[in-house]
Amino acid sequence: MSDITAEVTPETADQALLDLTAPQESSGPLLQVHDLKTHFRLDAGLVRAVDGVSFDLDRGRTLGIVGESGSGKTVLARSVMGLLIASNVVREGSVVYDGKELLSRSPRQMRDIWGREMSMVFQDPMTSLNPVVKIGRQLTEGLTQNLGVGKGEAKELAVAGLKAVGIPSPDQRFDEYPHQLSGGMRQRVGIAIALIGGPKLLFADEPTTALDVTVQAQILDLLQEQQRERFMAMILVTHDLGVVANRADEIAVMYAGQIVEKASAINLFSAVRMPYTEALLNSIPKLSDASHTRLQAIGGRPPDLINPPTGCRFSPRCPYVQDKCVEEAPPLIEDSPGHQYRCWFPVDVSVSTPARRSGASSTSDGRTESSTSTSEPSRAGATSSVPRGSA
Amino acid sequence: MAGSGDAHLRPQGDALLRVEHLVVEYPSAKGAKVQAVTDISLDVLPGETLGLVGESGCGKSTTGKAVIQMPKPTSGSVVFDGTDLVPLTGEALRSKRPELQMIFQDPISSLNPRRRVGDIVAEPLTIWGRGSDTERRQRVTEVLESVGLDPSVAMDKRPHEFSGGQCQRICVARALVLDPKMIICDEPVSALDVSVQAQIINLLEDMKARYGLTLAFIAHDLGVVKNISDRVAVMYLGKLCEVGSPERIYSRPAHPYTAALLDSIPEPDPAQRGRVATRLSGELPSPLNPPSGCRFRTRCPRAEERCAAEEPMLRPVVDGQFVACHFPLVDVPVAPPSARPQVEPMPTA
Repeated sequence: MSDITAEVTPETADQALLDLTAPQESSGPLLQVHDLKTHFRLDAGLVRAVDGVSFDLDRGRTLGIVGESGSGKTVLARSVMGLLIASNVVREGSVVYDGKELLSRSPRQMRDIWGREMSMVFQDPMTSLNPVVKIGRQLTEGLTQNLGVGKGEAKELAVAGLKAVGIPSPDQRFDEYPHQLSGGMRQRVGIAIALIGGPKLLFADEPTTALDVTVQAQILDLLQEQQRERFMAMILVTHDLGVVANRADEIAVMYAGQIVEKASAINLFSAVRMPYTEALLNSIPKLSDASHTRLQAIGGRPPDLINPPTGCRFSPRCPYVQDKCVEEAPPLIEDSPGHQYRCWFPVDVSVSTPARRSGASSTSDGRTESSTSTSEPSRAGATSSVPRGSA
Repeated sequence: MAGSGDAHLRPQGDALLRVEHLVVEYPSAKGAKVQAVTDISLDVLPGETLGLVGESGCGKSTTGKAVIQMPKPTSGSVVFDGTDLVPLTGEALRSKRPELQMIFQDPISSLNPRRRVGDIVAEPLTIWGRGSDTERRQRVTEVLESVGLDPSVAMDKRPHEFSGGQCQRICVARALVLDPKMIICDEPVSALDVSVQAQIINLLEDMKARYGLTLAFIAHDLGVVKNISDRVAVMYLGKLCEVGSPERIYSRPAHPYTAALLDSIPEPDPAQRGRVATRLSGELPSPLNPPSGCRFRTRCPRAEERCAAEEPMLRPVVDGQFVACHFPLVDVPVAPPSARPQVEPMPTA
């Protein structure tokens, strides 16, 4: 804690701890990300993992960021938080948190922000906790070293934190090691660590992907409950549209390093405009569909981020692709309030979608898994054929 | 739930695979035993897809592996195509293997990174000395084409040059090359992105129709299992909870565990927002020391004293649905315990 933290007096630090539940008053969005680029310099070339992403997030709101692996969603979250500190990382654009520009800050200067203002729950609770350090110390470390909280008080806060995330006998758990807990309990510890500094913004990066479905539901409920209690903003990063559908206020769909559609959760699902989002929704097996309902797979795979396609990045896989899509990259346009998408020929919500979808089964993709959906035998044949019997 | 019994089995001659009273235990420290699978009975008719669903640690993968005798089950019988595989050893067991193939979860680690795809897919043929070199090459070309890969390109490449979805296609090709009767798919799509997952599910459906396969599909994703299965078996801690057609089980689950599982699935539909779901508390107990009676009772909202004392047996509900629960969520007809249930019709005729 040197010159750079001069503005943080012990009083303000205490306040951050004590006023966990009080809504913080200040105007404007809590987080404003503008044209953020995060590129990695590799021998093979420049990987444009995040390529011009903009969004705002208000206090107490949840933004869901959805995308497949390699879409840049995790890099985006880490880039906003300033966790990518390797020398080959190039960050451009602006990240304004509570009126402060973060992109120019060094990791050392970010210590004011980490833990107290924003923190992160990581995907894998098995590897994000240090296996040779007791749970208690992992919780109190940030408090004692960064916020100048006394040892005794830190322990009290830590035990209270463990209790708040639903860990039974927190006093006892305080002195245990991570391996003594189950996966779900470890993720609760991960959440307790993220919350102990009283952050106003919580990143949850695939927080339940490593967990079973019944435990996933418990953890998502816990995050939501803590968010409400603390009036905290949350960025929930996931590959599972189901996880964000009911829990995010707004959803941003990422593809090849860009936001390709952003809307309120209700609009995204009811009035989808971007063909990629539509295809993603159609490829998920739905519980309401009968068994053996043919899934609408997306042919091919996401593009190479070193040489992304010119034009629309989804065009090589898009069922509605036209010449313009290949030639010119579509901008992110907003035609109804709050609903943005990146497409020249958006899915028209006024036209009945099934008509449009009829063309979706033929995919055009020269480079990758091209012959995937050529001959598609009818479902009837699939179930009634009992060929070689049990002889 | 988590009960035993074989009331749900169909007549012996009909099934291609019939597993009875399967037990798999692993030794643990101090003489303790991990009871991975305890007294499970299952059957699969020719041309049927059985979905085996449950959370991690429920024994679904162990069941799949015990069927192919890797490792051999502790007890029970696995009758495949009229022959019990459990007593077989050496050449007798080996000669059965081409008929019963397996596809694994992680397509990248289940392919040898140093070998060419053409050789990987041809290896089963080489091992079994089937055909001449030309015939083998022809057969490999044929299966690669049928799984949607271009043989002229794929044959000479190595696995790292392919994406996860394409690697899983190679695994499917390798499983198909010997013309098996049945394929056991152990979480074949869990390592894949949703868009690619749909490609592989469609591929499995196509291959099933084209080659007349019977599938056992092991997965934790209930949506995927519903999509692909003709019959679903729900497992919990080494036991079966419920068996039945996907339509029936998903719309009217009889077992409290099945209901809780279904309630936990996050559906991509914001209209469900605010719906208060009943959540299971706690986590899976240790299979080293499973609860007495019904193994689900420690987390069950309906558990009573009887559940600790007495293990529920699978019994018929209706329309080919069977449940192992003392207090099921739907009315169960009272039937004499010895009565053999009606054989349900084939799910889709």
